[in-house]
Amino acid sequence: MSKRFGKQLLAGPYLFWMIAFTIIPLIMMGVKGLTDSQGNFTLNNLMAMGNPVNSQALILSLELSLISTVLCLLLAYPLALILRNMGSGSNSLIVFLFVLPMWMNFLLRTFAWQTLLEKEGVINGLLSALGLPGINIINTPAAIVLGMVYNFLPFMVLPLYNALAKISDDVINAAHDLGANRAQTLVRVLIPQSLPGIISGITMVFVPALTTFVISDILGGAKILLIGNVIEQQFTVSYDWNTGAGLSIVLMIFVLASMALLNIFDKNGEGTVL
Amino acid sequence: MSTPLIDLVGITKRFDDTLVLDDLNLSIRENEFVTLLGPSGCGKTTTLRILGGFTQPDQGKVLFEGKDISNVPPHKRQLNTVFQKYALFSHLNIEENIAFGLKIKKKSKQYIRDKIDYALKLVNLDDYGKRMPDSLSGGQQQRIAIARAIVNEPKVLLLDEPLGALDLKLRQDMQYELIRLKNELGITFVYVTHDQEEALTMSDTIVVMNQGYIQQMGTPEQIYNEPENAFVADFIGDSNIIDGTMIQDLVVEICGVRFPCVDTGFGRNKPVDVVIRPEDVELIQSENAPLIGTVSHLIFKGVHYEMEVEAGGFTWLVHSTSMSPVGSRVGLYVSPENIQIMNKPASEDEEAQVNE
Repeated sequence: MSKRFGKQLLAGPYLFWMIAFTIIPLIMMGVKGLTDSQGNFTLNNLMAMGNPVNSQALILSLELSLISTVLCLLLAYPLALILRNMGSGSNSLIVFLFVLPMWMNFLLRTFAWQTLLEKEGVINGLLSALGLPGINIINTPAAIVLGMVYNFLPFMVLPLYNALAKISDDVINAAHDLGANRAQTLVRVLIPQSLPGIISGITMVFVPALTTFVISDILGGAKILLIGNVIEQQFTVSYDWNTGAGLSIVLMIFVLASMALLNIFDKNGEGTVL
Repeated sequence: MSTPLIDLVGITKRFDDTLVLDDLNLSIRENEFVTLLGPSGCGKTTTLRILGGFTQPDQGKVLFEGKDISNVPPHKRQLNTVFQKYALFSHLNIEENIAFGLKIKKKSKQYIRDKIDYALKLVNLDDYGKRMPDSLSGGQQQRIAIARAIVNEPKVLLLDEPLGALDLKLRQDMQYELIRLKNELGITFVYVTHDQEEALTMSDTIVVMNQGYIQQMGTPEQIYNEPENAFVADFIGDSNIIDGTMIQDLVVEICGVRFPCVDTGFGRNKPVDVVIRPEDVELIQSENAPLIGTVSHLIFKGVHYEMEVEAGGFTWLVHSTSMSPVGSRVGLYVSPENIQIMNKPASEDEEAQVNE
């Protein structure tokens, strides 16, 4: 009896953490989102998503995060495959180089891109020195996508690499042995078997991309509003916590819905983050 | 038996600085059960991988029906492999696993259906088609791996220690199963194992390998009864390997005693290795025995007793169905046909290989 109690005690700090920083905030958000400033029940805060400005921001967010996720997947899959084929000895340096930027502050990395992309920035400076026309993507959706891909790519590479590294060489050899060429092996064996990694990679890129407001703030020059920016402004500019919470709830429903959709493809549930 | 199907010609393979195969030549006939037998690191698996096309030899050629296939990728070879750890596709059910190769070859639905049913029946797993590989036992998974390979009607089936992960009873059952399969299918099996019993039970031909060289090649009887060198004698079964001197044809001196034997052509007074299997050492009344010794060790092994007998300065390993207690004096006798004489390793050559 006392032994069991002792074991349960170990869960205490985690339980406290969860209640204090997840459960209570969620309840507060639910309460704020479903009431008006006088504390009366209302659905208006949720309906605020229907407001053209807000719904446009949500659609743009969905678009950009979807594009970023696809780009990350297309960039990361070949890289993860290469890392897998290199074997565990020689690839640690490359993995290290890949993870290295992640150790730097997220804001710093994003500001660095701002400096690079600016009209008079480093990239344009180099281009004009070479006599080439400059590029002008700062403060456009393209810059935001670039920022998202750059920041979230490692979150795609690592789960993919983990999933691919788990597939044994013999399984790949077996596919070749049974007559599959490289492309057929990729489609029929590697991709299906790395599906859990693909799912968790997509989740780990899509969700933060959908909810970001920092990248759009810095690289979009506050001209392009994503849903994250809209919600942030409700809290920090308009001080309308009720609407902010309401929009957050709707956004969360979108996140949960997209994850539920992904889970349909992940039969084994290996890749689920939630 | 019949025409050669595969010829390995002068195959040499290095991994980094280690010579794994050195100028290996091997001919495999149609419808033969060939076993590559040897300790780990002897090059047997590398040989199999070269046959399958997963490893490229540094030198030498692989001929299949007389044609050079050294540069043909695995997916275009008429061979199929059964891998050590089964290597089933965990995301596909049993039927889909078996159908994998046939779907790639774009066979008709009906053809694939028939083949799946046939293969499942052949490996005695009729009702397992819809199960996932993970839900099967090791032995069942191995049989599915075999089914998956044979539906493609390969001319040669390559098996890489396929029974290594199974327990003893299952392994013995699977050995009979494999012999039955081979006879039913009438195709060539190339089998890799380090288990000498497995090799003796199943093979038409055993190729004993060590250090990248073929030590001896022959029928199980030849390998067991007439080992060509100390390595083969030691690796296949238990044996007493004793320093001896060939006095003249038909007479060998062991432990200071002259024994009649059946070997000729070694010359006079030549040092040789003498192999005597423990079951060939007979315990007799000491007064008539050429050698007298004392039992120093006794273990009951079920089928027989295993004894160690100190005689003539050598510890003899003896298997016998009758027991002599530790400390008793016994006479040892070996009939001439059970004495196997081998040349001493041409000193440098084989020892050098070991040190490489």
